[in-house]
Amino acid sequence: MTQSQLTDLPENKLPTSNDVPAYEGTTERKDNWWVEPALIAFVFTAFGIYSMFRAFENNLYEVGPYLSPFYSPNLKQYVPWFPLSPAFLILWIPLSFRATCYYYRKAYYRSYFLHPPACTVGMFKGKGYTGEQSFPFVLQNLHRYAFYFAVPVLLILWVDAFNTVYYGGAFHMSVLTVVMFANCILLSGYTFGCHACRHLVGGKEDCFSCPKNEQKLKPAFQAWQLVTKFNERHQQWAWTSLISVALTDLYIRYTCVDPSLAFQIF
Amino acid sequence: MPESSGTGRQATLKVYRGTKDKGEFQSYKVPVEAGMVVLDAIHYIQQNFDPELAVRWNCKAAKCGSCSAEVNGMPSLMCKSRMDQFKDDEDICVQPLKTFPIIKDLVTDVSWNYEVNKKITPFSPAPDADWTIYQEDIERVQEFRKCIECFLCQNVCHVLRDHERKDNFMGPRFMVRVAGLEMHPLDEANRLKYLKDEGHIGYCNITKCCTEVCPEDIHITDNAIIPLKERVVDEFYDPLGKFIRNLLGGGKKTKASVQPVSITPSK
Ligand code: SF4
Ligand code: SF4
Ligand code: FES
Ligand code: FES
Repeated sequence: MTQSQLTDLPENKLPTSNDVPAYEGTTERKDNWWVEPALIAFVFTAFGIYSMFRAFENNLYEVGPYLSPFYSPNLKQYVPWFPLSPAFLILWIPLSFRATCYYYRKAYYRSYFLHPPACTVGMFKGKGYTGEQSFPFVLQNLHRYAFYFAVPVLLILWVDAFNTVYYGGAFHMSVLTVVMFANCILLSGYTFGCHACRHLVGGKEDCFSCPKNEQKLKPAFQAWQLVTKFNERHQQWAWTSLISVALTDLYIRYTCVDPSLAFQIF
Repeated sequence: MPESSGTGRQATLKVYRGTKDKGEFQSYKVPVEAGMVVLDAIHYIQQNFDPELAVRWNCKAAKCGSCSAEVNGMPSLMCKSRMDQFKDDEDICVQPLKTFPIIKDLVTDVSWNYEVNKKITPFSPAPDADWTIYQEDIERVQEFRKCIECFLCQNVCHVLRDHERKDNFMGPRFMVRVAGLEMHPLDEANRLKYLKDEGHIGYCNITKCCTEVCPEDIHITDNAIIPLKERVVDEFYDPLGKFIRNLLGGGKKTKASVQPVSITPSK
């Protein structure tokens, strides 16, 4: 494939680098730039280890009406021949959604790939770099498909939460139910602040109020404004929902061991 | 500056002195006045120690984008970097933008940027356009118009800075410009193929350093680059979406593909 050149660089006319840069080496920054990427790498790794442990555990995920978000929806009944833990039937959806999320991409390109670990910290140099232009990272462009899968999974988590409120012909309430709802709220704030969602609901339009669009695009404009509100805090939603999903699962795991931990109110 | 505004403090500035192929850091001691910025300190050096120290500046109000440099390793406008953020015994390191060739001392040759800019299809309204524009439609674009072309974002972007892809990557400032054109309610041109195959928007890995350094606080990544990436996906990486759009027909304004116009300098 021939790549077209951005500028037709005339020899000796547009020098593109310094023979002696004002400094050599990685960076001139004096602050603790490494703290943030290190912290993020630590939390990601901890979450990854915990979720893998839980997925492989294949136990302690359902008690009474409560079902862990790592195992929901439970597809075991539909594919009884599936040899592994049923978590694997579902975990790939939130995993690919988060792995291709624009915010998480920033976070792990910095923390794991060190490309770059922090601004003006040049760990890797060289012209071979093509970022998300070629395989495998070009696949990040499929993020909206991950979004399409993630929405129904989120809806099922809402259903799970409601199932802990109404069952056996009566209404119930417990601390665990409140935790499950909080988790759904955080996951919804994250999912509906997605950049792909922001684009699809209206960001792709250039003109909401032009005469030919006026009536048709009013809802699109409102939806775009709403998603933008969530999108502005996408990073915060991403972190809180990641942590809440792990804590909800952990809570359910212990409730499976000791059902009184659900703290049933009525 | 009136004598009375003195703080009795002194700062040590380490300033890069030299050219593209030879240079070194020199230290200067500068008295710190209340409200002083790094550019003031540089001017003090010019006036009191060395009139030959080269620095580019114009407004001293963070509006012309001339005084871009790196202060303690962070790309910043010198006229917006206050001296009171540094500790008393701290060496303040001032050096030219790393990504662009040094002409002399703190002055760099940023002309590469102007060459890239010429490749972008300019604003192309339809000949019979209705020029009534509503605020809600132009708001997005107005954010991008705040750009002062300081090129701090170009300087910090690791694709240009560390990987030297000036041959193939347009850089954040020009994605901001393209976003302003592509999202303009009256613009009819289509720059998506250009973005993907010439500007190589894919090289950007959305690590957001451009946004971190932008003195105009433009949300470069969230509001310009990512929405453009999504538009590129619409066009090139989403066969299902494209199929459905074709089935439904119409809907979106189909922009004509306009070839880049070559720009000749105006007389
Ligand atoms: S977000 Fe993209 S354009 Fe901005 S600095 Fe990072 S790689 Fe460069
Ligand atoms: S986008 Fe911001 S950082 Fe980049 S050139 Fe414009 S004002 Fe400077
Ligand atoms: S979920 Fe983060 S951008 Fe889509
Ligand atoms: S002198 Fe104009 S931006 Fe600093």
